[in-house]
Amino acid sequence: MERQEYNITAYTENHIGLLNRIAIIFSRRKINIESLNTSPSEIEGIHRFNIVITETEEVVRKICRHIEKQVEVLKVYYNTNDEVIWQEMALYKVPTDIIAERALVERLLRENGARAVVIRKDYTVFETTGHRQETDNLIRVLEPFGLIEFVRSARIAIIKASDGFHLKLNEFEETQPSDEVIENEYLNDRDGVFAM
Amino acid sequence: MSTQAQPVLEATTAETREISGAEVLLRGLLAEGVDTIFGYPGGAILPIYDALYDFKEELNHVLVRHEQGGIHAGQGYARASGKVGVVFATSGPGATNLITGLADAQIDSTPLVCITGQVFAHLLGSDAFQETDVINITAPVTKWNYQITEASEIPSILAKAFYIARSGRPGPVLIDITKNAQLDKIPFAGYEPCTHIRSYRPAPVVRPQAVTQAADLINQAQRPLVLWGQGVVLGGAEREFQAFIEKSGIPAAWTILGAGVLPADHPLNVGMLGMHGNYGPNVLTNECDVLIAIGMRFDDRVTGRLDKYARQAQVIHLDIDPSEIDKNVATTVAVWGDCKQTLPMLTRQVAERTHPAWRQRFAEFQAEEVDVVIREALFPTSAELTMGEVVQQLNELTQGEAILVTDVGQHQMVTCRYARLNESRRHITSGGLGTMGFALPAAIGAKFGQPARTVVAIIGDGGVQMTIQELGTLMQTGIAVKIIVLNNQFLGMVRQWQELFSARRYSFVDIQSPDYVTVARGYRIEGQSVTDRAALGPALQAMLAHPGSYMLEVMVAQEQNIFPMVPQGCSVSEIRLK
Repeated sequence: MERQEYNITAYTENHIGLLNRIAIIFSRRKINIESLNTSPSEIEGIHRFNIVITETEEVVRKICRHIEKQVEVLKVYYNTNDEVIWQEMALYKVPTDIIAERALVERLLRENGARAVVIRKDYTVFETTGHRQETDNLIRVLEPFGLIEFVRSARIAIIKASDGFHLKLNEFEETQPSDEVIENEYLNDRDGVFAM
Repeated sequence: MSTQAQPVLEATTAETREISGAEVLLRGLLAEGVDTIFGYPGGAILPIYDALYDFKEELNHVLVRHEQGGIHAGQGYARASGKVGVVFATSGPGATNLITGLADAQIDSTPLVCITGQVFAHLLGSDAFQETDVINITAPVTKWNYQITEASEIPSILAKAFYIARSGRPGPVLIDITKNAQLDKIPFAGYEPCTHIRSYRPAPVVRPQAVTQAADLINQAQRPLVLWGQGVVLGGAEREFQAFIEKSGIPAAWTILGAGVLPADHPLNVGMLGMHGNYGPNVLTNECDVLIAIGMRFDDRVTGRLDKYARQAQVIHLDIDPSEIDKNVATTVAVWGDCKQTLPMLTRQVAERTHPAWRQRFAEFQAEEVDVVIREALFPTSAELTMGEVVQQLNELTQGEAILVTDVGQHQMVTCRYARLNESRRHITSGGLGTMGFALPAAIGAKFGQPARTVVAIIGDGGVQMTIQELGTLMQTGIAVKIIVLNNQFLGMVRQWQELFSARRYSFVDIQSPDYVTVARGYRIEGQSVTDRAALGPALQAMLAHPGSYMLEVMVAQEQNIFPMVPQGCSVSEIRLK
C-alpha cells in the first residue's frame, strides 16, 4: 500500500494529558507527526485535533482506532488531502526599508496573496495562508530581500462536503457496528455535523 | 465488564459532614464493594494510611514487601475473583515500582484501580522529594489515569476509575492524588457510582446482520475451527460459549489466558494454541476453511508467521475492542460486541452439526503428539524428574479444583499444556507481557480473591528469585499458598533457545539458587526439596495437606526442552514435535 499524507480529525474532551496520550500512540510506532493542531470544534466543550502524518492507509486506520480507544476521545476520522479543505498560515518578518525602497517586493507579496500584519520602522510582518507549496514559495521569494524570521502554523482541515465523504461514511458503517447517527448522538443532536 | 459489575453503592451518611479527602476515598472504595487492598505506605500517601487506621475492620489492607509485589497481588486477586484489584503506593519510587504490573495488566486486560500518593499540588514540577511525573510515565500502560489535586474531585474520579477499569475491555486505571487533596476536608454527602461517560463506549453496538453473516459462513463450513481467548472469561460468557460449541459441534482451541472455559476433558476441546501449544490445532489452523476467533487478539505467539497464517480460511472475529479487528489478521466478518451478548445470537442461528471426519483429524494429531511428546513428559522413563510429571501428579491430587498460578518460562508452558482445569479462572499467568516474578505475589492475591480454594504457585528457579521477598507477605498474613519451585538450575526457556538456535552457546543462563527450604524457613514457612521420583508424590501430598504456606522445591532435569514448538519466524503448520 502506498504511503501518503493523511489528515486525522479527532473529536475529544478537553482534558489535561490527552495530548500526551494521543502523541505517544504515534511515537510508540516511530511515526513522525508532521503537523498537529488542537482547537475548539463546532460543539461547545468538544475539542478537535487535526493531525497530519504520511503513512499507508492500513497504518492510519489502526492508529485511528487506537486514538478512538482512549477514554476521552469521542470520534476519529482520517482523510486524504483530496478529501479535505486544508490551510496553513505563515508569518514572514522582513526589513521595512527594503519593502519601502523596492516596489518589486510589494508586487511579489501581492502576487503571493500575502498581507501586512504589522509595519514598523525596522521591520514588517507579512502573513499568508494556503497550502504548503504556497507558503514555501513566499520563503523563496523573500529570501533575497533579507527574510529575518519565518514561522508556519499547524494544518487545519475541514472534511469536504462531498460524495466522497458520504462514501467514506458508508465504509465506516461497514466496519463499525452502529450507524453514524447513533455513534454521534452525543454531539448535542446536531444533524449534519459530519455531513458538512 | 459491565456484566460483572460488583454490588455498588449503599454508603450514604444521613447528613452531610466534612471529612478528609483520604476518608472520602476509603468510603468510596467501600461503596464500590472493595474489601481487600494491596499496598505499601510512604510519605505522600500518609494521609490515606492514617485514614485507613480507622477502617481496619472493613478494609483488609495487605502489606506487601515491594510495590511490584503489591500490584501483581492485585492482578492475581482480580483474575481469581473477577473483581477489581486495588493497589496503594506512595509517590516517586513507590509509583514507578508499579510500572511492570501496570504494563502486565494492560496487555492482559486485568481490571485494577491503583492509587498513588503525590507531593503537594504546589510542589508539582519542582523536583520535590519523591516527586515523579506518574501520569505521564503511566500513560502508555494504563487504560486511563488522572491526577487529583483537589479533594472535591475524589468521589467522581474514583467512580469513573472503577467504571472504566471493569467495563468494556477491562484494564488498569491509576489515580494520582496530591497530598493536599488527601488532607483537605470537604462536605461528603455520599458516593455516586459512575454508569456513563459520554466519550467512552465500553462495548460497541452489536450489528445483527454481522451475526447472521457469521452464522451463514459457519453453516456452510466443512472444516471450521474455533479459537477462544480470555475475552470469554472477561465477559463471563463461559456457559454461552459452551452452548455455542456444543450446538455447532466445532472443535475449539484456546489461548493460554482462555484456559479452562471448556473443561480439559471436553470432547470439543482440542487443545492449546501457539508456540508451545498442541500439534493438531496449530497444524489444522492452516487447513480449516472457517476460523472463528472469540475474544482473542491473534498475538504473535499464537499466530507464528502471519503471512503464512490461515491464509486459506475465512475469518470471523468476535471482539469487544474495535481496535483488535483487522489488527493482525484480516477478517471476513467482524462481530463487534460483548460475547456474552453475541454468542447466544450466534448459537440461535447456527445449525446443529458434529463434524466427525474433521474432528477425527484432531484426534490423529493428538495421538501422534501423545506418542512423541506427551507420554514421556508426563510418565517419563528417564531417571530425571520432568516438569510434566509434577503437573500430572498435581492434577491427580487436586482434580482440577486448585487455582494454579505460574510465572514465565518453561514451567509456565508445561503447566499450560498439562494442567487439567475444570473451569476458567483456575490458571493465572502473565500472558502478554511475560513478567518473570509474577507468580508468587499473584498467587498471594489469588488466595485473597478465592480464600476457600487451594492456590498453588508453580515457579521456575529464575522467576522465584525476582520477587522472593513476598514470602514476607505470606509470613505476616498467615495465608496458605503452596509454592512449587521447579528448579532446573537454568533460565530454562532462554537456555532452550540458545541450545536450538545459538549452537548451545549458553550465555548467562546458569543461574544459581539459594537453599529455598532454608530461605522459606527463615520466613517461618515449611518446606522440603525433592530430587527423586519416589519422593515426589508424598511431597506433593504433604504440601497440600499442610495447613499453611509451603515451599516445595523439585529438582528437575536440567536440559529439557519444551515441545512441540513453532520456531520464531515459522508458520504454525511448521510446528516441530522434537
